[in-house]
Amino acid sequence: MITLTGKSVFGGVSIGKLSFYKRNQKVIKRSHVDDVEAECTRFQEAKATAVSQLQELYNKAIEDVGEANAMIFEIHQMMLEDLDYIESIENIIRTQEVNAEFAVATTADNFAQMFASMDDAYMQGRAADVKDVSERVLDILCGVGEGVKQTDELSIIAADDLAPSETVQLDKSKVLGFATMYGSSNSHTAILARTMNIPAVIGLGESLSPQYDGQMAVIDGFTGTLYIDPDEETLAVMQEKREKDLAQKALLEQLKGKENVTKSGQKINVYANIGNVSDVGAVLKNDAGGIGLFRSEFLYLENDTLPTEEQQFSVYKQVAENMAGKKVIIRTLDIGADKQVDYFDLDKEENPALGYRAIRICLTRTEIFKTQLRALYRAAMFGNISIMFPMIISIKEIHKIKEIIAEVKEELKAEGIPYKEDVELGVMIETPASVMISRELAKEVDYFSVGTNDLTQYTLAIDRQNSKLDEFYDPHHPAVLAMIKMAADNAHAEGKWIGICGELGADLKLTEEFLKMGLDELSVSPSMVLPLRKRIRECE
Amino acid sequence: MKEFKYVITDPEGIHARPAGLLVKQAAGYKSDIKIGKNEKMADAKRIFGVMGLGVKTGEEIVMTAEGEDEDTAITELEEFFKANL
Repeated sequence: MITLTGKSVFGGVSIGKLSFYKRNQKVIKRSHVDDVEAECTRFQEAKATAVSQLQELYNKAIEDVGEANAMIFEIHQMMLEDLDYIESIENIIRTQEVNAEFAVATTADNFAQMFASMDDAYMQGRAADVKDVSERVLDILCGVGEGVKQTDELSIIAADDLAPSETVQLDKSKVLGFATMYGSSNSHTAILARTMNIPAVIGLGESLSPQYDGQMAVIDGFTGTLYIDPDEETLAVMQEKREKDLAQKALLEQLKGKENVTKSGQKINVYANIGNVSDVGAVLKNDAGGIGLFRSEFLYLENDTLPTEEQQFSVYKQVAENMAGKKVIIRTLDIGADKQVDYFDLDKEENPALGYRAIRICLTRTEIFKTQLRALYRAAMFGNISIMFPMIISIKEIHKIKEIIAEVKEELKAEGIPYKEDVELGVMIETPASVMISRELAKEVDYFSVGTNDLTQYTLAIDRQNSKLDEFYDPHHPAVLAMIKMAADNAHAEGKWIGICGELGADLKLTEEFLKMGLDELSVSPSMVLPLRKRIRECE
Repeated sequence: MKEFKYVITDPEGIHARPAGLLVKQAAGYKSDIKIGKNEKMADAKRIFGVMGLGVKTGEEIVMTAEGEDEDTAITELEEFFKANL
């Protein structure tokens, strides 16, 4: 057995034969042509064919991987239509009286070289795009037909690297997985593999040699490992891992794209909770309708200093863009209590859960709050972001928050920095106080989201960090459910919506009860989205 | 000729996607549209030219438009930069 490790770009286990990707071999020869104008026309026709193939790929990719990821094929079309590129090719044909193939190959090398010599890794990587589009024109000129010959058997595709167009063109019903020698996890191919749900490991190095073509192999996309010629024990472990994963995926197949609707037609939104940008993949994979809680704390916990506005902006923007118009609810800083950050220099407290935390920090150290709000209002330009404030206990706090928001907008405007004017604002319902004043709160904000963990802790006066109290801790306590019901009724009385983003939302024993209360949304961890959808669809 | 200057705020700079969007936008005008960085100018209607500048975050670019629709072009392009880059 040979074990190779690389980087995983998509989780999942595949077991099957390795099949090395065979590109059509073309030998580009330089040959003299007499009729240079006819040769230019040959090139123009090949280019037009290539552009229309790319248009088809673009259309196919929109369906497979979404518009943002498909855009690469539009950029490829632009490259082929680029006048510098075309002029260079025609110039070579005319002045050197050579064949179109030679002119295209030479131009491709020159342009790829231009990118390769740039001083940033991203632009250097674009050399591959130039080569990819030029290969397509060359294939057409040489008449070798498009793409590659895939074997008819189901197999794990192995290659040095795959161009985005190659990945999209593969017959995916015959692809078990991808294993490549090179490539980065940010390459278009990696992104496409992820979006197409195909287990893939990249960067395995040159030990992945074509001599293994046809051998049995296992991709463990969870750990980024490729086993060639696996022993029985490994095979058994991997088979079990694969079956578990498949069961989850089967649920996905069965429920993906289905509505969250009860038998009698009541609908509810099912969103997902995330704690980091890297969770967005799981949100999309599990078909959540949006992000109901994006805990922004990781930005503060990961660093040794306060995250800058630019750092935050770039993260929020990325999540909003990846969610492509679906709702992304970002909760402002919620540290203190059980989440401590050294550089905040918070004092030790007798009662941290009742202490200096969350919005209380934001409203007293407003410079921290303002930085986050600036980043949020700027990022809101790039998607459907809404902002949620934790630990609210009074209307006064909402007024103070709104004052600060007005200042932030004023400053952004004065600096000429673009931001979104109207961003949806909501509050967490996690204190009994917020429940009792929920009618008034509902007049001030656009929505509520119930944080059931804290609401239970504060309602029952039970410290959730103290395991000795577990027998007294009852999240199904009628008092907690009555709190949720009261908040829901008051939200609806003011025409506002209400959801749950705490652990209780994923408690399938309560789904029916929540539907009866008329909750509008449940936000759960990504892996619970489909089991919850299943439960909702079983309810009357 | 009309022009404006702009400092790129997108952390990734003018990468493939916004470059593509910019070329699409620029191609819609009759005027000559150019983008420049440190005296080096490129035709904003050509993707290789735009990407070849390798504009990174924090760098200043200058956009120029010359032709019959230069006023509209420069106003709309400035909006484009504010929204996308």
